[in-house]
Amino acid sequence: MTDRATIDAEGLNPGDPLAMLPGHVSHGRFERVLRAGHFAVSTEIAPPDSADPEEVLRRASLFDGYVDAINATDGSGANCHMSSLAVCAVLTREGYSPIIQVSCRDRNRIAIQGDLLGASALGVCSVLCLSGDDVSVGDHPEAKPVFDFDSVSLLQTVRTLRDESRFLSGRQLDLPPRLFLGASINPFAPPHTARVAQFAKKVSAGAQFVQSQYCFDIDMARDFMARARDLGLTQDCYVLMGVGVLASAKTAKWLKGAIPGVHIPDHVIRRLEQAEKPKAEGRKIAVELMQQLAEIDGISGIHLMAYKQEEWVGEIVTQSGVLQGRKPWAPTHLSHITQPAKA
Amino acid sequence: MYRVRLWSVRRSRQMEWLYNTFNPLVVKLLRGVVKVFGTRLDKPITAVEAAAKGFFFDCKMCGDCALSKTGMSCPMNCPKTIRNGPCGGVRENGMCEVKPEMRCVWVAAWDGASRMEHGDAIKDVNFALDHRLKGKSSWLKLARDD
Repeated sequence: MTDRATIDAEGLNPGDPLAMLPGHVSHGRFERVLRAGHFAVSTEIAPPDSADPEEVLRRASLFDGYVDAINATDGSGANCHMSSLAVCAVLTREGYSPIIQVSCRDRNRIAIQGDLLGASALGVCSVLCLSGDDVSVGDHPEAKPVFDFDSVSLLQTVRTLRDESRFLSGRQLDLPPRLFLGASINPFAPPHTARVAQFAKKVSAGAQFVQSQYCFDIDMARDFMARARDLGLTQDCYVLMGVGVLASAKTAKWLKGAIPGVHIPDHVIRRLEQAEKPKAEGRKIAVELMQQLAEIDGISGIHLMAYKQEEWVGEIVTQSGVLQGRKPWAPTHLSHITQPAKA
Repeated sequence: MYRVRLWSVRRSRQMEWLYNTFNPLVVKLLRGVVKVFGTRLDKPITAVEAAAKGFFFDCKMCGDCALSKTGMSCPMNCPKTIRNGPCGGVRENGMCEVKPEMRCVWVAAWDGASRMEHGDAIKDVNFALDHRLKGKSSWLKLARDD
Protein backbone atom coordinates (compact mmCIF):
# COMPACT_ATOMS: atom_id res chain seq x y z
CA MET A 1 0.00 0.00 0.00
CA THR A 2 2.49 2.60 -1.13
CA ASP A 3 0.21 4.36 -3.57
CA ARG A 4 -0.32 8.09 -3.63
CA ALA A 5 -3.79 7.89 -2.07
CA THR A 6 -2.43 6.12 0.98
CA ILE A 7 0.32 8.68 1.39
CA ASP A 8 -2.19 11.51 1.04
CA ALA A 9 -4.50 9.90 3.56
CA GLU A 10 -1.97 8.66 6.08
CA GLY A 11 0.96 11.02 5.62
CA LEU A 12 4.44 10.34 4.41
CA ASN A 13 5.79 9.13 7.69
CA PRO A 14 3.87 7.06 10.18
CA GLY A 15 3.98 9.83 12.77
CA ASP A 16 2.51 12.53 10.51
CA PRO A 17 -0.89 13.82 11.56
CA LEU A 18 -3.79 12.61 9.44
CA ALA A 19 -6.12 15.02 7.74
CA MET A 20 -9.06 15.93 9.95
CA LEU A 21 -12.30 14.60 8.51
CA PRO A 22 -15.50 16.67 8.57
CA GLY A 23 -17.38 16.33 11.84
CA HIS A 24 -14.30 15.05 13.66
CA VAL A 25 -12.65 16.77 16.58
CA SER A 26 -9.23 15.14 16.25
CA HIS A 27 -6.76 14.00 13.61
CA GLY A 28 -6.75 10.59 15.20
CA ARG A 29 -7.26 7.15 13.77
CA PHE A 30 -9.22 6.00 16.81
CA GLU A 31 -11.92 8.60 16.29
CA ARG A 32 -11.97 7.70 12.58
CA VAL A 33 -12.56 4.02 13.31
CA LEU A 34 -15.44 4.72 15.71
CA ARG A 35 -17.11 7.37 13.56
CA ALA A 36 -16.87 5.08 10.54
CA GLY A 37 -19.07 2.67 12.49
CA HIS A 38 -16.47 -0.05 12.94
CA PHE A 39 -16.42 -2.15 16.09
CA ALA A 40 -13.22 -0.97 17.80
CA VAL A 41 -10.72 -2.63 20.09
CA SER A 42 -8.48 -0.69 22.45
CA THR A 43 -5.97 -2.06 24.90
CA GLU A 44 -3.68 -0.91 27.66
CA ILE A 45 0.09 -0.62 27.61
CA ALA A 46 1.91 -0.88 30.91
CA PRO A 47 4.44 2.00 30.95
CA PRO A 48 7.86 0.58 31.85
CA ASP A 49 9.90 1.27 34.98
CA SER A 50 12.60 2.47 32.67
CA ALA A 51 13.78 5.44 30.61
CA ASP A 52 14.09 3.22 27.54
CA PRO A 53 11.87 4.19 24.57
CA GLU A 54 12.63 0.86 22.85
CA GLU A 55 10.92 -0.93 25.71
CA VAL A 56 7.77 1.12 25.06
CA LEU A 57 7.84 0.20 21.37
CA ARG A 58 8.54 -3.45 22.16
CA ARG A 59 5.49 -3.56 24.43
CA ALA A 60 3.33 -1.77 21.86
CA SER A 61 4.42 -4.04 19.02
CA LEU A 62 2.64 -6.96 20.72
CA PHE A 63 -0.64 -5.31 19.71
CA ASP A 64 0.28 -4.61 16.06
CA GLY A 65 -2.64 -5.27 13.79
CA TYR A 66 -5.09 -6.16 16.57
CA VAL A 67 -6.05 -2.90 18.26
CA ASP A 68 -7.21 0.56 17.19
CA ALA A 69 -5.87 2.46 20.18
CA ILE A 70 -3.47 1.96 23.06
CA ASN A 71 -4.16 3.50 26.46
CA ALA A 72 -1.02 4.65 28.22
CA THR A 73 -1.81 4.47 31.90
CA ASP A 74 -0.96 7.38 34.19
CA GLY A 75 0.66 6.00 37.32
CA SER A 76 -1.91 3.20 37.51
CA GLY A 77 -2.67 2.04 41.01
CA ALA A 78 -0.79 5.16 42.18
CA ASN A 79 2.48 3.42 41.35
CA CYS A 80 5.30 5.29 39.66
CA HIS A 81 6.13 4.40 36.04
CA MET A 82 7.13 6.25 32.87
CA SER A 83 4.62 9.06 32.35
CA SER A 84 1.62 8.61 30.10
CA LEU A 85 2.57 11.68 28.08
CA ALA A 86 6.06 10.33 27.37
CA VAL A 87 4.78 6.88 26.41
CA CYS A 88 2.26 8.53 24.06
CA ALA A 89 4.97 10.71 22.50
CA VAL A 90 7.15 7.67 21.80
CA LEU A 91 4.14 5.89 20.26
CA THR A 92 2.90 8.74 18.07
CA ARG A 93 6.32 9.02 16.42
CA GLU A 94 5.75 5.54 15.04
CA GLY A 95 2.21 6.32 13.99
CA TYR A 96 0.36 4.53 16.76
CA SER A 97 -2.91 5.92 18.14
CA PRO A 98 -2.28 6.23 21.84
CA ILE A 99 -4.87 7.45 24.32
CA ILE A 100 -3.27 9.59 26.98
CA GLN A 101 -4.69 8.88 30.42
CA VAL A 102 -4.83 11.89 32.69
CA SER A 103 -5.43 11.31 36.36
CA CYS A 104 -6.27 14.13 38.77
CA ARG A 105 -4.15 12.67 41.54
CA ASP A 106 -0.74 14.09 40.69
CA ARG A 107 -1.18 17.42 38.94
CA ASN A 108 -3.14 20.61 39.41
CA ARG A 109 -4.97 22.62 36.75
CA ILE A 110 -1.87 24.50 35.67
CA ALA A 111 0.13 21.33 35.02
CA ILE A 112 -2.72 19.42 33.41
CA GLN A 113 -3.70 22.12 30.95
CA GLY A 114 -0.07 22.50 29.94
CA ASP A 115 0.27 18.75 29.45
CA LEU A 116 -2.87 18.63 27.31
CA LEU A 117 -1.47 21.26 24.94
CA GLY A 118 1.82 19.38 24.91
CA ALA A 119 0.11 16.07 24.21
CA SER A 120 -1.71 17.49 21.23
CA ALA A 121 1.52 19.09 19.98
CA LEU A 122 3.19 15.68 20.16
CA GLY A 123 0.49 14.09 18.00
CA VAL A 124 -1.72 12.60 20.70
CA CYS A 125 -5.33 12.67 19.50
CA SER A 126 -7.31 11.01 22.28
CA VAL A 127 -7.47 11.58 26.00
CA LEU A 128 -9.06 9.61 28.84
CA CYS A 129 -10.01 11.66 31.90
CA LEU A 130 -9.80 9.84 35.22
CA SER A 131 -10.01 10.77 38.88
CA GLY A 132 -7.22 8.33 39.62
CA ASP A 133 -6.43 5.97 42.45
CA ASP A 134 -5.59 7.47 45.81
CA VAL A 135 -1.90 7.73 46.70
CA SER A 136 -2.48 5.49 49.72
CA VAL A 137 -2.82 2.36 47.55
CA GLY A 138 0.39 2.92 45.60
CA ASP A 139 4.12 2.64 46.13
CA HIS A 140 4.49 6.23 47.38
CA PRO A 141 1.77 6.47 50.04
CA GLU A 142 3.60 9.42 51.60
CA ALA A 143 3.01 11.56 48.49
CA LYS A 144 0.72 14.57 48.51
CA PRO A 145 -2.58 13.83 46.75
CA VAL A 146 -3.58 16.74 44.49
CA PHE A 147 -7.13 16.18 43.18
CA ASP A 148 -7.54 19.78 42.06
CA PHE A 149 -10.02 18.41 39.51
CA ASP A 150 -12.18 15.33 39.48
CA SER A 151 -12.81 13.35 36.31
CA VAL A 152 -15.88 15.43 35.41
CA SER A 153 -14.31 18.85 35.91
CA LEU A 154 -11.29 17.57 33.98
CA LEU A 155 -13.57 16.64 31.06
CA GLN A 156 -15.04 20.13 31.15
CA THR A 157 -11.55 21.59 31.13
CA VAL A 158 -10.42 19.66 28.05
CA ARG A 159 -13.59 20.69 26.28
CA THR A 160 -12.98 24.32 27.21
CA LEU A 161 -9.42 24.17 25.86
CA ARG A 162 -10.53 22.50 22.64
CA ASP A 163 -13.89 24.09 21.83
CA GLU A 164 -13.45 27.56 23.33
CA SER A 165 -9.74 27.76 22.60
CA ARG A 166 -8.93 29.18 26.02
CA PHE A 167 -7.48 28.23 29.37
CA LEU A 168 -9.80 28.09 32.37
CA SER A 169 -8.39 31.51 33.28
CA GLY A 170 -9.91 32.86 30.10
CA ARG A 171 -6.58 33.47 28.39
CA GLN A 172 -6.87 32.63 24.67
CA LEU A 173 -4.94 29.85 22.94
CA ASP A 174 -3.34 30.42 19.55
CA LEU A 175 -4.11 26.86 18.54
CA PRO A 176 -6.44 24.66 20.58
CA PRO A 177 -5.62 20.99 21.26
CA ARG A 178 -7.47 18.58 18.94
CA LEU A 179 -8.45 15.87 21.35
CA PHE A 180 -11.09 13.15 21.12
CA LEU A 181 -12.46 13.19 24.62
CA GLY A 182 -12.95 10.11 26.75
CA ALA A 183 -13.95 9.09 30.25
CA SER A 184 -14.25 5.94 32.29
CA ILE A 185 -17.41 4.30 33.57
CA ASN A 186 -17.95 1.53 36.06
CA PRO A 187 -21.38 -0.06 35.67
CA PHE A 188 -20.43 -2.81 38.09
CA ALA A 189 -19.91 -0.93 41.37
CA PRO A 190 -22.39 0.60 43.79
CA PRO A 191 -24.42 2.80 43.87
CA HIS A 192 -25.91 0.92 40.91
CA THR A 193 -28.88 3.22 40.41
CA ALA A 194 -26.54 6.21 40.07
CA ARG A 195 -24.12 4.68 37.58
CA VAL A 196 -26.08 5.57 34.45
CA ALA A 197 -26.66 9.09 35.79
CA GLN A 198 -22.92 9.38 36.40
CA PHE A 199 -22.33 8.27 32.79
CA ALA A 200 -24.81 10.93 31.66
CA LYS A 201 -22.95 13.53 33.71
CA LYS A 202 -19.72 12.64 31.95
CA VAL A 203 -21.37 12.88 28.54
CA SER A 204 -22.79 16.29 29.40
CA ALA A 205 -19.30 17.34 30.55
CA GLY A 206 -17.93 16.42 27.13
CA ALA A 207 -17.18 12.68 26.99
CA GLN A 208 -17.33 11.38 23.41
CA PHE A 209 -16.19 7.88 24.24
CA VAL A 210 -16.08 5.89 27.46
CA GLN A 211 -14.09 2.84 28.48
CA SER A 212 -15.41 0.75 31.31
CA GLN A 213 -13.92 -1.06 34.26
CA TYR A 214 -13.60 -4.87 33.81
CA CYS A 215 -16.88 -6.47 32.82
CA PHE A 216 -17.29 -10.03 34.05
CA ASP A 217 -21.04 -9.87 34.53
CA ILE A 218 -22.82 -9.82 31.20
CA ASP A 219 -26.30 -9.42 32.71
CA MET A 220 -25.23 -6.29 34.55
CA ALA A 221 -23.71 -4.93 31.33
CA ARG A 222 -26.96 -5.61 29.44
CA ASP A 223 -29.01 -3.89 32.10
CA PHE A 224 -26.68 -0.89 32.23
CA MET A 225 -26.69 -0.51 28.45
CA ALA A 226 -30.47 -0.72 28.30
CA ARG A 227 -30.75 2.13 30.77
CA ALA A 228 -28.04 4.11 28.94
CA ARG A 229 -29.89 3.64 25.64
CA ASP A 230 -33.11 4.84 27.26
CA LEU A 231 -31.38 8.10 28.12
CA GLY A 232 -30.02 8.36 24.57
CA LEU A 233 -26.44 8.28 25.83
CA THR A 234 -25.21 5.84 23.20
CA GLN A 235 -26.16 8.30 20.47
CA ASP A 236 -23.77 10.91 21.83
CA CYS A 237 -21.01 8.69 23.12
CA TYR A 238 -19.17 5.54 22.03
CA VAL A 239 -19.05 2.82 24.68
CA LEU A 240 -16.06 0.48 24.86
CA MET A 241 -16.66 -2.20 27.47
CA GLY A 242 -13.69 -3.34 29.50
CA VAL A 243 -12.68 -6.98 29.30
CA GLY A 244 -10.00 -8.50 31.51
CA VAL A 245 -7.92 -11.63 31.14
CA LEU A 246 -7.77 -13.64 34.35
CA ALA A 247 -4.74 -15.89 34.81
CA SER A 248 -6.21 -18.04 37.59
CA ALA A 249 -8.87 -18.22 40.28
CA LYS A 250 -6.27 -16.82 42.64
CA THR A 251 -5.75 -13.75 40.46
CA ALA A 252 -9.51 -13.33 40.19
CA LYS A 253 -9.93 -13.42 43.96
CA TRP A 254 -7.03 -11.05 44.42
CA LEU A 255 -8.47 -8.59 41.87
CA LYS A 256 -11.84 -8.76 43.53
CA GLY A 257 -10.39 -8.18 46.98
CA ALA A 258 -7.56 -5.77 46.29
CA ILE A 259 -8.95 -3.57 43.53
CA PRO A 260 -12.12 -1.89 44.75
CA GLY A 261 -14.75 -1.53 42.07
CA VAL A 262 -13.91 -4.81 40.34
CA HIS A 263 -16.89 -7.14 40.37
CA ILE A 264 -16.29 -10.80 39.49
CA PRO A 265 -19.26 -13.15 39.91
CA ASP A 266 -18.65 -16.41 41.78
CA HIS A 267 -19.47 -18.55 38.75
CA VAL A 268 -16.51 -17.05 36.88
CA ILE A 269 -14.17 -17.86 39.78
CA ARG A 270 -15.60 -21.38 40.02
CA ARG A 271 -15.03 -21.89 36.32
CA LEU A 272 -11.36 -20.96 36.73
CA GLU A 273 -11.00 -23.20 39.78
CA GLN A 274 -12.41 -26.19 37.96
CA ALA A 275 -10.45 -25.63 34.77
CA GLU A 276 -7.54 -27.94 33.99
CA LYS A 277 -5.65 -25.08 32.37
CA PRO A 278 -6.80 -21.95 34.20
CA LYS A 279 -4.76 -19.58 32.03
CA ALA A 280 -6.34 -20.86 28.82
CA GLU A 281 -9.74 -20.80 30.53
CA GLY A 282 -9.18 -17.15 31.48
CA ARG A 283 -8.53 -16.30 27.86
CA LYS A 284 -11.59 -18.28 26.81
CA ILE A 285 -13.71 -16.31 29.26
CA ALA A 286 -12.36 -13.08 27.76
CA VAL A 287 -13.16 -14.25 24.21
CA GLU A 288 -16.69 -15.23 25.18
CA LEU A 289 -17.31 -11.96 27.00
CA MET A 290 -16.10 -10.00 23.98
CA GLN A 291 -18.47 -11.90 21.72
CA GLN A 292 -21.41 -11.42 24.09
CA LEU A 293 -20.68 -7.73 24.61
CA ALA A 294 -20.38 -7.13 20.87
CA GLU A 295 -23.97 -8.35 20.55
CA ILE A 296 -25.32 -5.70 22.92
CA ASP A 297 -26.93 -2.75 21.23
CA GLY A 298 -25.00 0.47 21.86
CA ILE A 299 -21.59 -1.06 22.54
CA SER A 300 -19.08 0.25 19.99
CA GLY A 301 -16.01 -1.59 21.05
CA ILE A 302 -13.97 -3.50 23.59
CA HIS A 303 -11.25 -2.19 25.87
CA LEU A 304 -9.10 -5.25 26.46
CA MET A 305 -6.95 -5.07 29.59
CA ALA A 306 -4.53 -7.97 29.63
CA TYR A 307 -2.09 -6.92 32.31
CA LYS A 308 0.95 -9.23 32.27
CA GLN A 309 -0.76 -11.26 29.52
CA GLU A 310 -0.22 -8.76 26.72
CA GLU A 311 1.30 -11.39 24.43
CA TRP A 312 -2.14 -13.03 24.22
CA VAL A 313 -4.01 -9.93 23.07
CA GLY A 314 -3.66 -10.82 19.38
CA GLU A 315 -4.96 -14.34 19.85
CA ILE A 316 -7.87 -13.23 22.02
CA VAL A 317 -8.94 -10.52 19.57
CA THR A 318 -8.64 -12.92 16.61
CA GLN A 319 -10.59 -15.69 18.33
CA SER A 320 -13.35 -13.34 19.41
CA GLY A 321 -13.93 -12.27 15.81
CA VAL A 322 -15.22 -8.88 16.96
CA LEU A 323 -13.17 -7.10 14.29
CA GLN A 324 -15.07 -9.08 11.62
CA GLY A 325 -11.95 -9.50 9.52
CA ARG A 326 -10.89 -5.87 9.73
CA LYS A 327 -7.18 -5.42 10.38
CA PRO A 328 -6.36 -2.31 12.43
CA TRP A 329 -3.48 -0.16 11.28
CA ALA A 330 -0.03 -1.14 12.46
CA PRO A 331 3.29 0.60 11.87
CA THR A 332 4.66 -2.24 9.73
CA HIS A 333 2.07 -1.41 7.07
CA LEU A 334 3.84 1.83 6.31
CA SER A 335 7.28 1.32 7.74
CA HIS A 336 8.85 1.25 4.28
CA ILE A 337 7.61 4.77 3.49
CA THR A 338 10.30 6.62 5.33
CA GLN A 339 11.60 8.43 2.27
CA PRO A 340 9.56 10.74 0.03
CA ALA A 341 7.90 8.57 -2.58
CA LYS A 342 8.83 9.26 -6.18
CA ALA A 343 5.58 9.72 -7.97
CA MET B 1 -18.90 13.26 63.60
CA TYR B 2 -19.31 10.26 61.33
CA ARG B 3 -22.53 8.99 62.93
CA VAL B 4 -24.21 12.37 62.91
CA ARG B 5 -23.14 12.81 59.31
CA LEU B 6 -24.89 9.56 58.34
CA TRP B 7 -27.95 10.61 60.36
CA SER B 8 -28.09 13.93 58.46
CA VAL B 9 -28.07 12.08 55.14
CA ARG B 10 -30.85 9.77 56.33
CA ARG B 11 -32.86 12.91 57.12
CA SER B 12 -31.87 14.67 53.92
CA ARG B 13 -35.45 15.67 53.21
CA GLN B 14 -35.87 17.39 56.56
CA MET B 15 -32.44 18.96 56.18
CA GLU B 16 -33.50 20.25 52.78
CA TRP B 17 -36.62 21.74 54.34
CA LEU B 18 -34.52 23.45 57.02
CA TYR B 19 -32.14 24.73 54.38
CA ASN B 20 -34.87 26.06 52.12
CA THR B 21 -36.67 27.70 55.03
CA PHE B 22 -33.78 29.27 56.89
CA ASN B 23 -31.13 29.85 54.27
CA PRO B 24 -32.87 32.88 52.69
CA LEU B 25 -33.41 34.34 56.17
CA VAL B 26 -29.81 33.78 57.21
CA VAL B 27 -28.54 35.30 53.98
CA LYS B 28 -30.85 38.30 54.41
CA LEU B 29 -29.71 38.79 58.00
CA LEU B 30 -26.06 38.47 57.02
CA ARG B 31 -26.52 40.95 54.22
CA GLY B 32 -27.61 43.48 56.84
CA VAL B 33 -24.73 42.50 59.14
CA VAL B 34 -22.21 42.89 56.34
CA LYS B 35 -23.63 46.32 55.47
CA VAL B 36 -23.24 47.54 59.04
CA PHE B 37 -20.09 45.79 60.19
CA GLY B 38 -18.19 45.21 56.94
CA THR B 39 -15.74 42.36 57.47
CA ARG B 40 -15.40 42.87 61.25
CA LEU B 41 -17.76 39.99 62.14
CA ASP B 42 -16.47 37.56 59.50
CA LYS B 43 -14.45 35.55 61.99
CA PRO B 44 -17.23 34.76 64.50
CA ILE B 45 -19.76 34.15 61.70
CA THR B 46 -17.34 31.76 60.01
CA ALA B 47 -16.76 30.02 63.36
CA VAL B 48 -20.51 29.54 63.88
CA GLU B 49 -20.90 28.11 60.38
CA ALA B 50 -17.92 25.79 60.86
CA ALA B 51 -19.27 24.54 64.20
CA ALA B 52 -22.85 23.99 63.01
CA LYS B 53 -22.03 22.36 59.67
CA GLY B 54 -19.09 20.57 61.22
CA PHE B 55 -21.40 18.90 63.73
CA PHE B 56 -24.09 17.85 61.25
CA PHE B 57 -22.08 17.16 58.11
CA ASP B 58 -18.37 16.94 59.04
CA CYS B 59 -18.09 20.10 56.95
CA LYS B 60 -14.57 20.85 55.79
CA MET B 61 -15.24 24.55 55.10
CA CYS B 62 -14.39 24.40 51.40
CA GLY B 63 -16.06 27.80 51.13
CA ASP B 64 -18.36 26.76 48.29
CA CYS B 65 -21.02 24.64 49.95
CA ALA B 66 -22.60 21.98 47.73
CA LEU B 67 -24.63 20.12 50.41
CA SER B 68 -28.03 20.98 48.91
CA LYS B 69 -26.86 19.49 45.60
CA THR B 70 -25.16 16.41 47.05
CA GLY B 71 -27.88 14.74 49.07
CA MET B 72 -26.65 16.50 52.25
CA SER B 73 -23.43 14.45 52.13
CA CYS B 74 -20.38 16.73 52.15
CA PRO B 75 -18.20 15.82 49.12
CA MET B 76 -15.09 17.14 50.83
CA ASN B 77 -15.14 14.08 53.10
CA CYS B 78 -14.27 11.99 50.04
CA PRO B 79 -10.54 11.21 50.35
CA LYS B 80 -10.17 12.35 46.73
CA THR B 81 -12.43 15.38 47.36
CA ILE B 82 -14.45 14.38 44.30
CA ARG B 83 -17.27 16.85 43.67
CA ASN B 84 -18.89 14.83 40.89
CA GLY B 85 -18.94 11.33 42.25
CA PRO B 86 -18.86 8.49 42.84
CA CYS B 87 -15.52 7.29 41.51
CA GLY B 88 -15.18 3.79 40.11
CA GLY B 89 -13.63 2.32 43.22
CA VAL B 90 -16.63 1.93 45.51
CA ARG B 91 -16.53 -1.41 47.35
CA GLU B 92 -19.28 -3.96 46.82
CA ASN B 93 -20.64 -3.17 50.30
CA GLY B 94 -20.84 0.54 49.44
CA MET B 95 -17.81 1.51 51.50
CA CYS B 96 -14.98 3.81 50.42
CA GLU B 97 -12.02 2.30 48.56
CA VAL B 98 -9.52 4.43 50.45
CA LYS B 99 -11.16 4.24 53.89
CA PRO B 100 -12.92 0.87 54.07
CA GLU B 101 -14.46 1.79 57.45
CA MET B 102 -16.29 4.78 55.92
CA ARG B 103 -19.43 4.65 53.80
CA CYS B 104 -18.66 6.13 50.37
CA VAL B 105 -19.56 9.81 50.55
CA TRP B 106 -21.16 9.56 47.11
CA VAL B 107 -23.13 6.41 47.85
CA ALA B 108 -24.55 8.42 50.74
CA ALA B 109 -25.04 11.45 48.48
CA TRP B 110 -27.12 9.62 45.87
CA ASP B 111 -29.08 7.97 48.64
CA GLY B 112 -29.75 11.32 50.33
CA ALA B 113 -30.64 12.98 47.03
CA SER B 114 -33.22 10.28 46.29
CA ARG B 115 -35.26 11.51 49.27
CA MET B 116 -34.99 15.21 48.51
CA GLU B 117 -37.51 17.32 46.66
CA HIS B 118 -34.81 18.88 44.49
CA GLY B 119 -32.56 15.84 44.66
CA ASP B 120 -32.06 15.89 40.89
CA ALA B 121 -29.59 18.73 41.39
CA ILE B 122 -27.03 16.00 42.08
CA LYS B 123 -27.02 15.36 38.33
CA ASP B 124 -25.68 18.85 37.59
CA VAL B 125 -21.99 19.15 36.90
CA ASN B 126 -20.06 20.81 39.73
CA PHE B 127 -17.12 22.78 38.49
CA ALA B 128 -13.67 22.51 40.09
CA LEU B 129 -13.37 24.26 43.42
CA ASP B 130 -11.80 27.69 43.83
CA HIS B 131 -9.15 26.86 46.41
CA ARG B 132 -8.89 30.47 47.55
CA LEU B 133 -12.25 29.99 49.29
CA LYS B 134 -10.98 27.28 51.64
CA GLY B 135 -11.72 28.10 55.28
CA LYS B 136 -14.05 30.93 54.31
CA SER B 137 -17.76 31.13 55.02
CA SER B 138 -20.23 29.98 52.35
CA TRP B 139 -22.97 31.95 54.10
CA LEU B 140 -21.02 35.19 53.84
CA LYS B 141 -20.21 34.38 50.22
CA LEU B 142 -23.92 34.09 49.47
CA ALA B 143 -24.62 37.33 51.38
CA ARG B 144 -21.96 39.19 49.44
CA ASP B 145 -22.58 37.60 46.00
CA ASP B 146 -25.94 39.23 45.31
